[in-house]
Amino acid sequence: MASSLLWASRVASRLRISVSQRGFSSVVLKDLKYADSHEWVKIDGNKATFGITDHAQDHLGDVVYVELPDLGRPVSQGESFGAVESVKATSDINSPVSGTVVEVNEKLTESPGLVNTSPYEEGWIIKVELSDAGEAKNLMDSDKYSKFCEEEDVKH
Amino acid sequence: MSVNRIKDLGFPLMNLVKLRGTPILQQLLLEERLLRSSSDNWCIINDGTNVPTIVMGMSGKPCELLELEPVIKDRISVIKRFSGGGTVIVDRNTLFVSLICNRDDVPNVQPYPRSVMAWSGSLYSDVFKGISDFQLRENDYVFGDRKFGGNAQSITRNRWIHHTSFLWDYSENNMAYLKLPSRVPQYRLERDHTDFVCKMKDYIERSVFIEKTIKAVGTQFRLKELNLDDIDDTGREHLESTRLLTMDELKEAAANTTRTQSIAQAV
Repeated sequence: MASSLLWASRVASRLRISVSQRGFSSVVLKDLKYADSHEWVKIDGNKATFGITDHAQDHLGDVVYVELPDLGRPVSQGESFGAVESVKATSDINSPVSGTVVEVNEKLTESPGLVNTSPYEEGWIIKVELSDAGEAKNLMDSDKYSKFCEEEDVKH
Repeated sequence: MSVNRIKDLGFPLMNLVKLRGTPILQQLLLEERLLRSSSDNWCIINDGTNVPTIVMGMSGKPCELLELEPVIKDRISVIKRFSGGGTVIVDRNTLFVSLICNRDDVPNVQPYPRSVMAWSGSLYSDVFKGISDFQLRENDYVFGDRKFGGNAQSITRNRWIHHTSFLWDYSENNMAYLKLPSRVPQYRLERDHTDFVCKMKDYIERSVFIEKTIKAVGTQFRLKELNLDDIDDTGREHLESTRLLTMDELKEAAANTTRTQSIAQAV
């Protein structure tokens, strides 16, 4: 947990984002888009990189395995394309946008914990070629996603 | 209308399926299908499975988890299931309880492992009330510090399953097919298997356990009993990940293990 706090502070400081002072909040990066199933996406032209958010990794616990899709597999917005295993659970990873898988993060096979220690950087999961860039408008920006996470946590 | 009837009306519906001696592969395939293709809540209870079978979690590797030579020699079936968690060997003395829920029907539970696990611990606290220090310890059900039930989960966007294999009784011979896993709970300390687990039959009657479990589930859901044949098997297709490992796969894993050991010795 201490290392997560340190990492979060460093990322937040580097990107000059504010986080709520209500104890430890998960890190939310400004230049990404977010799905309500807690995946992030970075869009760069017609390519996109996905991963799971800091909020998700914190709630999942230590990730011990990541099931990666095959290259060339089509993915659809909101549908599962892989899974992470943590504690005793497999949890679906859902695609924030639709496209075709063009790269997977092979490092996660040997080091699945990268999803916990570096969810937005070294812990990226797949890259896709987008089939419909317009789908990104269905996603949340960082402010909306931060609020969404806070509301979810307050409810429980 | 009775008070109980009025109370029931507020609870979400859960289908209850009671099985006995159903093969564990069939049970797991059913559960995976219901998790992914049904929109109902389900409680599946299987009172024992027909033959001794090894069941590994999604990421399980036979070479790391199994004593492959005797498994192959004795032709023990090995299944890889769709949920996470560890490896068990199950037989007619294992009791299975599986709960598949829509997240919206259990709104006080977040769809994350710790939250689901805590909810299950609370449910089984009702079942084992007054019985020898039951608790959820790390992710296991224990009496005192001895494990009698192993848990696993699979969580999708809007639904989750929490399933448990309860050690009603077990055979030491069967346990010998399993290696000590590399990841063990902290509370296990250095204890070997016989000191770490206990038999549920020493604490509660089999039929009483099943009855109390159904009653505990019934405090949160309206239960409707269904037979296996009543279950609708239409519904959207899903990618099945639960499977029986082939003998060739097990032999290849054994051969790779032998090669690795030979290289290690040579070095």
